[in-house]
Amino acid sequence: MKKLINRPEDVVLESLQGAAHAHSDLVRVNFDPHYMVRADAPISGKVALVSGGGSGHEPMHGGFVGMGMLDAACPGEVFTSPTPDQMLEATKAVDGGAGVVHIVKNYTGDILNFEMAADLAKEESIQVEAVVIDDDVAVKDSLYTAGRRGVGTTVLAEKICGAAAEQGRSLKDVADICRTVNSSGRTMGMALTSCIVPSAGEPTFQLGDDEMEIGIGIHGEPGRERSALAPSKEVVERLAEPIVSDLPFERGDEVLAFVNSMGGTPLIELYVIYNDLVRYLEGKGLKIARNLIGPYITSLEMAGCSITLLKLDDDLTSLWDAPVKTPGLRWGV
Amino acid sequence: MTIAYDDVLRWIRDFAAEISDNKQYLSKLDAAIGDGDHGVNMDRGMQAALGKLDAVPEKDVGAALKAVGMALISKVGGAAGPLYGTLFLQLGSATAGKTELSAQDWSSALESAVKGVQARGKAEPGDKTMIDALIPARDAFREAAEGGVSLGDALERSSVAAKEGMEATVPLVARKGRASYLGERSAGHQDPGATSSHMLLRIAAEVWKDS
Repeated sequence: MKKLINRPEDVVLESLQGAAHAHSDLVRVNFDPHYMVRADAPISGKVALVSGGGSGHEPMHGGFVGMGMLDAACPGEVFTSPTPDQMLEATKAVDGGAGVVHIVKNYTGDILNFEMAADLAKEESIQVEAVVIDDDVAVKDSLYTAGRRGVGTTVLAEKICGAAAEQGRSLKDVADICRTVNSSGRTMGMALTSCIVPSAGEPTFQLGDDEMEIGIGIHGEPGRERSALAPSKEVVERLAEPIVSDLPFERGDEVLAFVNSMGGTPLIELYVIYNDLVRYLEGKGLKIARNLIGPYITSLEMAGCSITLLKLDDDLTSLWDAPVKTPGLRWGV
Repeated sequence: MTIAYDDVLRWIRDFAAEISDNKQYLSKLDAAIGDGDHGVNMDRGMQAALGKLDAVPEKDVGAALKAVGMALISKVGGAAGPLYGTLFLQLGSATAGKTELSAQDWSSALESAVKGVQARGKAEPGDKTMIDALIPARDAFREAAEGGVSLGDALERSSVAAKEGMEATVPLVARKGRASYLGERSAGHQDPGATSSHMLLRIAAEVWKDS
């Protein structure tokens, strides 16, 4: 394992400390329990947004705390759900009296811990609405599994709902918008190399020099298939086709296209992917009205990418365009 | 025939030691079908729980069990934290204020605990989870206790039922948690949660056998 760290057991803490130093104008970091809140929290009368999950996906979620996006983020150990005490304290720290939306990615640990936190918050008379994101088309959704994993659409939901909350919309409205984003967004990812969890010290999975994994999860969970490495054009088709046919996206739809790096893939390659995606979607009669390209929901140093498509309407588009000022996403200010 | 407060503490401490001794084994079971951290996470939680026991109000079984539950909730993470946390919180609520436990007390406490775990995790028998060890253990204890069997023997039957339930998870296809993503590939592996749940009940039978 080659990593720029001190000790594996200190990675999460020291990374948070670094973020606290770097972004003290935007966020406040609380230690033990660990959570990050926007510097001006709580904001009276505004619905607050809290998310969280295992660390290792930076900038998600801590990098999305700030004006127009999340009010708080709770980081767990690397790839391990945070705990209810973190979520409860974060929820209390940001509640401005208008209620709190918990944005939860669909992993059993995240769901159970957020449910407990919501129960505890309700006992303290804080209104909480939880919305689960489950957009990964690589996983077959069935009654016999834990359901689809929450991946790329989470970033878009946090931005769009953050804008809605900033406009003063109600708890129910913000939660409904979050559900709309989840039901209108689909993602599929792929990997060229494995990630290495610091405490494990070894690659999570083995992939040959000439292989790729299609449908990978953001913790290195197995995908749909392992196959020979292919050119970008073919990779884009194999990611985008299942996305387009799943929703389904239809000719004439306006979409937000999000090309995400898993952490190890550089921007130059993301633009190659995006170029192929533009051509592919043109062929399907879909119009890319907005885009986001970069490392936003990563899997440590994994090389690879994910593609997310979100079907837009006028409301979602204007919420996407609204100002945002966070360490990881910033425009319009 | 009762379980004294000190016996309850001994059970908690011995369970923590058992988890510590077997943390690699539990994590290895988990690595086969999950994310490979069950033993390490449970060990971190139980060690934190031991640190809380000294602050428990004198001889209150319920308070001790609740303290364990709260420690697990805040230190374990993953799915096991809320599930084992709930299990101990429910054991604690059912025994609040008691200085010792009768067979009937333990039966009701197990009843609440299993109910709590099921409400939290939504698992049914056969989903390849800790429930597959807990439900047979609860039922075996209740039947034995109602049938007039001694407390020690009832605990032993409960432990055996948990073991059978744990072993029966091997051929099952997981329908809950991360293991469910593997589908058919999850068959052939023993569930780590059912394994740690069996440990919990086996240690109870061992520690309390002369009660």
